[in-house]
Amino acid sequence: MKVKCEIMDAKDITRTLNRLTHEILERNHGTDNLVIVGIRNRGDALAYRIIRRIEQIEGKTVPLGMLDITLYRDDFQRLTDRPILQETDIDVDITDKKLILVDDVLYSGRTIRSAMDALMDLGRPALIQLAVLIDRGHRQLPVKADYVGKNVPTSVNEQIQVKIKEKDGEDRVFLVEN
Amino acid sequence: MAIKIEQVKSVLLKNARVVDPQVKLDQITDILIEKDIIRKIGPVREFKGKTVDCKNKIVIPGMMDMHVHLREPGEEHKETVITGCHAAAAGGFTELACMPNTKPPIDCRSDVEFIKERAENHLVNVHPIAAVTIGQAGEQLTEMGDMIEAGAAGFSDDGKPVLTAALMRRALEYATMLGKPVIDHCEDLSLSESGVMHEGKISAVLGMPSIPSIAEEIIVARDLLIAEYTEGLLHLAHISTAGAVRLIREAKSRGVRVTAETCPHYLVLTDEAVRGFNTLTKMNPPLRSENDQKMLIRGLKDGTIDTIATDHAPHAIEDKECEFQVAAFGIIGLETAFGLIWTHLVEKKLLTLEELILKMSVHPRQILQLPENKIESGAPANLTLVDPDIMWTVDNTAFESKSKNMPFQDWKLKGKTFGVINRGKMILTV
Amino acid sequence: MQLKSRHLLGLEGVCQEDITLILDTAESFKKVLDRPIPKVPTLRGKTVANLFFEPSTRTRFSFELAEKRLSADSVNFSKVGSSVAKGETLKDTARNIEAMKINFVVMRHSAPGAPHFLSQCLDSVVINAGDGAHEHPTQALLDMMTLRNCFQSLKGLKVVIVGDIEHSRVARSNIYGLLTMGANVGVCGPATLIPREIKALGVTVYPGIEEAMKEADVLNVLRIQLERQKEALFPSLREYRNLFGITRERLDRVNRRITIMHPGPINRGVELDSDVADGDYSVILSQVTNGVAVRMAVLYLLDGGRQKLEGDDHGN
Ligand SMILES: [Zn+2]
Repeated sequence: MKVKCEIMDAKDITRTLNRLTHEILERNHGTDNLVIVGIRNRGDALAYRIIRRIEQIEGKTVPLGMLDITLYRDDFQRLTDRPILQETDIDVDITDKKLILVDDVLYSGRTIRSAMDALMDLGRPALIQLAVLIDRGHRQLPVKADYVGKNVPTSVNEQIQVKIKEKDGEDRVFLVEN
Repeated sequence: MAIKIEQVKSVLLKNARVVDPQVKLDQITDILIEKDIIRKIGPVREFKGKTVDCKNKIVIPGMMDMHVHLREPGEEHKETVITGCHAAAAGGFTELACMPNTKPPIDCRSDVEFIKERAENHLVNVHPIAAVTIGQAGEQLTEMGDMIEAGAAGFSDDGKPVLTAALMRRALEYATMLGKPVIDHCEDLSLSESGVMHEGKISAVLGMPSIPSIAEEIIVARDLLIAEYTEGLLHLAHISTAGAVRLIREAKSRGVRVTAETCPHYLVLTDEAVRGFNTLTKMNPPLRSENDQKMLIRGLKDGTIDTIATDHAPHAIEDKECEFQVAAFGIIGLETAFGLIWTHLVEKKLLTLEELILKMSVHPRQILQLPENKIESGAPANLTLVDPDIMWTVDNTAFESKSKNMPFQDWKLKGKTFGVINRGKMILTV
Repeated sequence: MQLKSRHLLGLEGVCQEDITLILDTAESFKKVLDRPIPKVPTLRGKTVANLFFEPSTRTRFSFELAEKRLSADSVNFSKVGSSVAKGETLKDTARNIEAMKINFVVMRHSAPGAPHFLSQCLDSVVINAGDGAHEHPTQALLDMMTLRNCFQSLKGLKVVIVGDIEHSRVARSNIYGLLTMGANVGVCGPATLIPREIKALGVTVYPGIEEAMKEADVLNVLRIQLERQKEALFPSLREYRNLFGITRERLDRVNRRITIMHPGPINRGVELDSDVADGDYSVILSQVTNGVAVRMAVLYLLDGGRQKLEGDDHGN
């Protein structure tokens, strides 16, 4: 895999998350009934930052949920390796809540489909909105993000590599080629 | 592989190492055979008939296996007298004794005659062992005298022990009067119970019902005491434990007329082989511990164990392709015995060639009170031809036996017999 | 991650990493079981055959529940009666399973090694749900999971298995698993029910229950099979209770917390008194809950036969 270019640096990521946070607050008229749910393995870190930002803006703490979608993947039967299960950790009852699902990259839409199935098994939310840092296109399912950090047109043999400080030691986004 | 039996008019075994400890013979020379008789042992220059090049090969007195299950009558899908004889010949045996636990058991004159008749025209001499008790039921003695006249070479309820001490006493007294031994399968059934493998570490690991060594040793001890008391001719089949070897050694030193056999599988495998639940390692007595194996080899060496017999026990595929507990006991051995013993005992210097000849050719005939078989001019030609250097791989698809059940598939062995001569016939297997 | 073996036939030879992986995964499934909809679609389209050649309610229920929680389809076959009878060939059963394209076979059988035999004739993944006195790996895994919940680590823990060791698959699987995880394992029971060479497995043999309790952190109390009396392996239930029964008085005398486990079903008043079985130190009910989670983890981690499909991956 070879890096083609850097799409975002640390500052870009912070700015984008700030904007996304404002959009979320604006669209939902504040923090009432809001729950931010990050999809493991990077969406959860992004979700946490959004919550911190909301605290700064609104002075209120919104519940954070972390979702592991492994058990809901539609390609499960084709995996050679069994993914290590991570905890799905959503302490609040999500029924009648407004869920903001957060992930790093939106691509085929399958992850989001799995995530929604997983959430439905946990309760009946009032609504689910989707926030992503990068939308790289190539959807295979009718999924659309409500909040997009950056649209990056890609070809199929390219990939978006998101690095997040909490997981990877730095904040950067690259376009890489297989 | 199809066995081809050739009639011998005259045949010359050229440049063979001829070994027979009975006549203190060990030299490289020629053997000229006419019909069924050894004409000459010594250099033969001018010869026009069939010649077998025996350079770097060994010629020994024809081997005998005194513990074979031929399954006929009753279970001809496993083996018949003829396929068993073919397998014996392919494994280098010119004679065999077959056990009476057929269906029905060999327990009267006509049964003995039936077996003899089946084998009549074969190269391999078949000596039926007849049952000690009618139906092998452990109650009433068979007509031993009548059966000896028809060709029975000994008596056994093999598959089971002679059930009670009282019965063993009577059987020994009676058979000995007629000059034939009683062969006992030593197993205390109350101790072996539903056991399917040796009781030891491996059975503890596998959680399998097990057969303790003492199940064998208690009957060995019982039989030895009875043999001593009655001065009977006792032969103990398939000895597998260190304790049994010790008991027999001690009895022999006191002059008890006992002989004993063990089998190749006890000499080359231990209960470790049962891990993995391979049903081809299931036999009775079971594969024992390493120490048992060591003591068996020591017993062979010091004369406590007189003979190596195969306990050739053919079984159909479905009798072995099942759960270990359900599987039949026993493995076939005629076509691997020589190779196993040569590779794992002679090549490793645990047994000499002379000792192999005694254990696998000379002693079985003595135990069953049969005519001796010596390599001498004028004597019947009853010979096994050995290639001591050939490397070969065990392949049961090429076996003559109707059954394939043995755990030695794909074993690499050194040394194999390549021909047998007996009764004016010759079989060469290359 | 993947387990090193394609089947779960036993715990003998299963390495520490694999046991840890199963137990960690089981913890995740335990959380799934606590959800309002305790079910995930992971094994949708997979078929599990539960073959029970021996009576068992608990284990069969636990496996069935685990399968349903993972959305697998399950079919049940139980043939109970003459335990290991000739005529019913396992090979024929196996051929039938193969023809029905079944992904997993969960088998309980009275013959040690029966699942090993089955795994040799089948492409399906085989999970041993108890083979004679040999192994019962999922039981030992759930026992270890329960212990891990009580104590931080299994390393150095002293577990004594009490009862009929000779005929116990639970004992053997626990011995292999616990030793691999670094625990100390002891056994205690009537001399007639302790395998002669059990020490070779690396366990301590305690001649009496008092000695065992002096050292044990945990007692895993086995069910005593009533029919063993007939085989002259012990004289009576009364005597068994007197010598090996876990009673309140015995526990009080130790003056130290001992965790009590039992694979069930309990003979109350024989190997275990009710006030002990239902007392503070008993973790018997957690064992049952953990059983489903452990079996889900095993089904999840074993490869139920992959289909080769073209298509897209998740994520990126
Ligand atoms: Zn026998």
